[in-house]
Amino acid sequence: MEHSETLTREGTVLVACRIEDLPPGESVRIDAADGTQAVAVFNADGELYAIDDTCTHQDASLADGWLEGCTVECPLHAACFDLRTGMPNGPPAKRPVRTHRVTVEDGFVRVHVAVPVQAF
Amino acid sequence: MRSVAVVGASLAGLTAARALRAQGYDGGITLIGDERQAPYDRPPLSKDFLLSRTSAEDLALTTEDDQSLGIDWRLATAATALDTAGRRITLSDGGEVRADGVVIATGARARTLPGAGGMSGVHTLRTLDDALALRESLCAGGPLVIVGAGFIGSEVASAALAAGVGVTVVEALPVPLAGPLGAEMGAACAGLHADHGIPVLCGSPVRELLGGARVEGVRLEDGTVLPAAAVLVGMGSVPNTEWLAGSGLDLRGGVRTDSRGATGLPHVVAVGDCAASYRPDAARHVRTEHWTDALRQPETAVRTLLAGPDTAPGTASAGGGSVRGLLPYFWSEQYGVRIQFAGARRDGDSVRIDSGDPEDRCFLAVYERDGRPTAVLGMDQPKQFTWWRRQLAAQWAAVAT
Repeated sequence: MEHSETLTREGTVLVACRIEDLPPGESVRIDAADGTQAVAVFNADGELYAIDDTCTHQDASLADGWLEGCTVECPLHAACFDLRTGMPNGPPAKRPVRTHRVTVEDGFVRVHVAVPVQAF
Repeated sequence: MRSVAVVGASLAGLTAARALRAQGYDGGITLIGDERQAPYDRPPLSKDFLLSRTSAEDLALTTEDDQSLGIDWRLATAATALDTAGRRITLSDGGEVRADGVVIATGARARTLPGAGGMSGVHTLRTLDDALALRESLCAGGPLVIVGAGFIGSEVASAALAAGVGVTVVEALPVPLAGPLGAEMGAACAGLHADHGIPVLCGSPVRELLGGARVEGVRLEDGTVLPAAAVLVGMGSVPNTEWLAGSGLDLRGGVRTDSRGATGLPHVVAVGDCAASYRPDAARHVRTEHWTDALRQPETAVRTLLAGPDTAPGTASAGGGSVRGLLPYFWSEQYGVRIQFAGARRDGDSVRIDSGDPEDRCFLAVYERDGRPTAVLGMDQPKQFTWWRRQLAAQWAAVAT
């Protein structure tokens, strides 16, 4: 498992959906308009979390995965990721997914997409 | 127990080594594998790897964390005999390994076509080296003839189409995939080939391969001759158990184990594609070749190994691995469509389309017997499929205990 941390800043803000469209236990995928990686937003028992949508193991959408507590299980190979940290819990995934800050403003769920800070 | 030899260095073997440490074993671990590469993931070999969309580095199963396992690696070395009385494994390089406990994870190998030996351009697909050779043939162009319309054959047909190689699939059975999926759903999956203009010739076995040093064609039993620059044989696999002859192990259909991975010999367990493990639901021994079984079985088998031979069946099973992992599950990807199957279908089960339409290649089908679901098949329905997989796993757990 890779523990190296990358400095990030918040870049694009994506509007995911209205808060009432994301009840507990549900998830939604947002495809970024600029072609960057899609983001998955989860409502885990009232707490909102956003992570990169694509499993780091093989191409699968984590928004289609099974949500249990603060963990989402990839629908293809059952790799589990912690929604709070993005870390996989073991094989088959080896790399974490990025996590993104989520806010609710005026009834809309907004994702503040983390982007790597370019090294000088 | 002070030393364990894990024989077989693929997903099941590596997972067994990890499970030994995770369960507190602190003795020596020797991991023996006949391939030269460190453990790698095989499923992409018939998919993205053939199209160079995945690199060999991407396939690596080991991570930095595995360095702390303290494994004595013996790669590019085959085990050739198991002397259980002496607790000794003989190696192809003339050496030997002594071990108090043995995990057998030697997998399976691709079945070959009789008479194909030595003819170049004739491929099977199991290993990284197999995939590299097949990729080279695809790069050289077609036509490619695929013998066997199972999952490997179908995935390679899909990759060949993407690579711009002309391909024909031949299948001895009247309906492809009837074994794992039943005739109705097998036909639905095989429809993907027709959707993309790939001919599938069913019900006519291969009579012979044509050519000399290099394959030039395939003649079917009905007389049809198909020109071929390359042939892929996808006719299933046979377990790698020959090296265990004379060991005293029961090798009928694979290394026979109970539901916890125990063989008839104390201190020897078996996992993965080489193991025919007892399945309470089927009341018989079943050898599966599912990736998820190779990932989940070692946890239980290692627990059995560490508990020792005097543990009565059942008493060690309380923590017997992930229940969900015990439910048979496999997936395939063809022509950009994701196929997933979970459960244990039997001939005679009825099929109910739960959502979508097979004609649209986007549906979820539930197999039922006596009004109860037995298995589920999804085509591009990952979320719904996972829900059903969970339902079946809960039902499965109730039967398995």
